[in-house]
Amino acid sequence: MTDLRIPSTPVPDNLVLSPVKESGLAAQMKAGLDAPICLTWELTYACNLQCVHCLSSSGRRDPRELSTAEAEAVIDELEQMQVFYINIGGGEPTIRPDFWHLVEYAVDHGVGVKFSTNGSRIDAEVATNLAMMDYVDVQISIDGADAATNDAVRGEGSFTTAVQAMEHLRVVGFGEFKISVVMTRHNISQVDAFEAMARSYGAQLRLTRFRPSGRGADSWHELHPTDAQQRELYHWLLDRPDVLTGDSFFHLSALGEALPGLNLCGAGRVVCLIDPLGDVYACPFVLHDEFLAGSVRDEGGFRRVWQESDLFTELREPQSAGACASCGHFDACQGGCMAAKFFTGIPLDGPDPECVLGHGEPLVEAADRTRRPVGQDHSRPVPVRFLGRR
Amino acid sequence: MERFDSSRPYRIHERVALRPEPFGALAYHYGNRRLNFLRAPELVALVESLGDHESPRAAFAASGIESRRWPSFEKALASLAASDFLVAS
Repeated sequence: MTDLRIPSTPVPDNLVLSPVKESGLAAQMKAGLDAPICLTWELTYACNLQCVHCLSSSGRRDPRELSTAEAEAVIDELEQMQVFYINIGGGEPTIRPDFWHLVEYAVDHGVGVKFSTNGSRIDAEVATNLAMMDYVDVQISIDGADAATNDAVRGEGSFTTAVQAMEHLRVVGFGEFKISVVMTRHNISQVDAFEAMARSYGAQLRLTRFRPSGRGADSWHELHPTDAQQRELYHWLLDRPDVLTGDSFFHLSALGEALPGLNLCGAGRVVCLIDPLGDVYACPFVLHDEFLAGSVRDEGGFRRVWQESDLFTELREPQSAGACASCGHFDACQGGCMAAKFFTGIPLDGPDPECVLGHGEPLVEAADRTRRPVGQDHSRPVPVRFLGRR
Repeated sequence: MERFDSSRPYRIHERVALRPEPFGALAYHYGNRRLNFLRAPELVALVESLGDHESPRAAFAASGIESRRWPSFEKALASLAASDFLVAS
């Protein structure tokens, strides 16, 4: 969700007015903020890769994507709402001809930018320009510590491309960019290698949870970490509070001590997604009509969607613990990830499919795979499948 | 890092922005990309007034905040200074 570094106790304890701990900051977050803390904006569905786990099923540009003027108007709104920074993604966002213009436009309007890329456009010249820009952060995606593991998920040659981009950023002295990895069954054993890689580039490591979203809905069943693997990862992360996670592993907090972060589902409360068409979804992992709150093209723009849409209002109301109500760990894991449940066919008030107590797995097995919800799809008309380990 | 000293002058870092929220304010530091929560409206007013006073202690005195609550506010300011949201001026 958010990689912002949140200090553990930045405020005087006696300022929490209610006697109940729950009514403190976490409750404020659940009730929603006047503007998101962390906004992801997928600028285009176009992508030169076809990753098997792509959460937005990207590939082809959509002709209805926001124009440059419309995108600028969104940035104007974000500036007014004091959205401090945005995460730009896609698709491969750098494919948009106006990408650099929009980045500059955002920065000039006080909206910092972190953008995710597969690195294919980060050559020596681009890296040099990036190193001169303030308020711009780069995140390179890889999904394996070696070409075989990575390319099986992201496609032939994608590891070399990403590493070249990192090399360019290192050479020009960009500073601390981010290396972002989605944890799968095949790369989770490589966490030490990812850590070493990040160190060698002076980069920050970011590990996030694999959600069964987009094309990930198909590949998740084969690629998501095993229970033993996620337990190992939990302890590994506990020992490394500086590794970023986008707050995505909060379901693991049921194992004991909470991982750093807000530890709650931020969908529609502190987080949301604007897709390339300007449609606003509750979070980056739920590109499905059920979680569509409105459009920046609607009257009232993004602000009205964020502050007044029926969906977001509902998500900010107290949620029922449902099937998890009798579990002693609900306070820790909050029932887990909404997107993970939805796309594996588990009711939203049911357990997370990767519930560490094992409550999710039987429900995933029981769910009718042929009737699982399918989100929007911009995949290119080629078969996309996990290439396996060679 | 220097220890926070409430008898010396402090001000908000020039790259920090405050965004009002129902609980107080969100503070964002564009330099180190950290986020802080100012969890009381009085704390927000106090932080905003720091630059007008010769020290946080003087700002406390002018703020109307009860003196028994000063230590907790001082702790909050020290934490903000530790993450570079406040700088000695």
